[in-house]
Amino acid sequence: MPKELPSKKNHVGELGYSYRRKLHERLIESILFLSALLSVVIMLAIIVMLVKESVVFFQHVSIWEFLTDTQWTPLFDDAHYGILPLVAGTVVSSAVALLVALPLGTIIAIYLSEFAPFTVREIAKPFLELLGGIPTVVYGYFALLFVTPLLQIIFPELPGFSLLSAGLVMGIMIIPYVSSMTEDAMRAVPMHLREGSYAMGATRFQTAIRVVTPAAFSGIAAAYILGISRAVGETMVVAIAAGMQPNLTWNPMEPAATITAYIVQVSLGDLPHGSVGYQTIFAAGLTLLLITLVFNIIGHLLRKRYREIY
Amino acid sequence: MQKIAEINQYKSEVKNLSFYYGTFNALKNIDMALHDKKITALIGPSGCGKSTFLRCFNRMHDLYPGNRYEGDIMLYPDNVNILQPKVDPIEVRMRISMVFQKPNPFPKSIYENVAYGLRVRGIKQRAILDEKIEDALRNAALWDEVKDRLNDLAFNLSGGQQQRLCIARALATDPEILLFDEPTSALDPIATASIEELIADLKDKVTILIVTHNMQQAARVSDYTAYMYLGELIEFGETDTIFIKPRNKQTEDYITGRFG
Repeated sequence: MPKELPSKKNHVGELGYSYRRKLHERLIESILFLSALLSVVIMLAIIVMLVKESVVFFQHVSIWEFLTDTQWTPLFDDAHYGILPLVAGTVVSSAVALLVALPLGTIIAIYLSEFAPFTVREIAKPFLELLGGIPTVVYGYFALLFVTPLLQIIFPELPGFSLLSAGLVMGIMIIPYVSSMTEDAMRAVPMHLREGSYAMGATRFQTAIRVVTPAAFSGIAAAYILGISRAVGETMVVAIAAGMQPNLTWNPMEPAATITAYIVQVSLGDLPHGSVGYQTIFAAGLTLLLITLVFNIIGHLLRKRYREIY
Repeated sequence: MQKIAEINQYKSEVKNLSFYYGTFNALKNIDMALHDKKITALIGPSGCGKSTFLRCFNRMHDLYPGNRYEGDIMLYPDNVNILQPKVDPIEVRMRISMVFQKPNPFPKSIYENVAYGLRVRGIKQRAILDEKIEDALRNAALWDEVKDRLNDLAFNLSGGQQQRLCIARALATDPEILLFDEPTSALDPIATASIEELIADLKDKVTILIVTHNMQQAARVSDYTAYMYLGELIEFGETDTIFIKPRNKQTEDYITGRFG
């Protein structure tokens, strides 16, 4: 007698649901759903924690003062709570980093995706990704002990800690993220678009710039946004190489603290929990979260506006 | 030079052409000619090398490593073998345009799609571009449908319109030969009819080589037909002869649908 098939078709007329199959599907669905839910819950928990602690802070310090005061000296007797110096430090170091990472990352991606022979790409890509695997603290010391002295040869007046040095190294650190995502986006552009361009008499470079790059725009935008978020949120390099004094400056040649560097400094210090000084890190953290949130929203909008249609 | 063009009714002549993908011999000793300002159709079952053959004419195989041509494709009136290594494939593609199987407009506006070939040749003057683009779109029978929305993204056009846009793009640079690689296989019958009509109209201006799977299409539009099988050219001649009185039994079987 032949083995019975899992279907109940041999029992004529039985087309109802199989209880066991249904339960099995439900179970798997629930596990998948809970995993997805977990990340949302954690995200919400972080936001709730930051907002709750920040509310305590803003009972002592007005939002107006927080946003407009030009000094950040929460640990001094004459305490000022102006976030501007930290925001300036973050903006300047990120800007330097992005000036390095976005152009270089894009050029590397264009080379690897459109020009490099197969063997070169297969060797270069893992090395590039290795660059992203180096611990950020190593990059920090690389900035402080190697790049800063090097820069001091060119700019003798450069101090031992500077946003320039930290930003440059941060840029090198971010290159692999930008180039890897940009290259993926460019390689996803179908071959028939490239062939269309070549068939019109275009060169490799013209094809890369005029056809492949616009076709991959949404992916490239996503890569850039990720790069920006990483630069804004990067902690170790700036904490080590940029100095820790909050300093309202737009000059990359000066030392300054970023939001992240300040949070590290206070969390590792011996400030009593619950003091206004201690609460400042939550307000600073919330500011950081809002900045990266804005970039993620911009990235999302760009992706929607220019989604790939081949 | 002028003299050669006069005595030669050929736009191009293929002499003993073989082609290899690595070690795979995809085309075997093909001899054929493209008559000037005529439409030549390539027919044959899938995998017979029609597209491979077509793509030799604009050196598309140069884009991928490991491909090798043997033999000559002479281009007249230049009297030059376009397959020789000293010939720049970009120069060849500037004179021999191609329309692909699947419409492949670029992620740009309708205007910029047609302008593409001119822009990569360094033409920037707006007046020249405007004129060329209108001409090309008129020749591709698309002008009336798009003249009010030249700045729209090309992806917003229908499939048939996109293919006509690709034809306009190929025409804008005044090519001498236009290659069509199954240009209607992704289109519905109505769009197909309009593309066929267009191709028939274009032969006053340009020499055309078209690969098609559709026997009726070859019979309707072409002046000459070549039947290929397993990388070999089995029969080549005037379309009427090939379809009414083929010399070769194999060609007859394919055309009458007994095979393929």
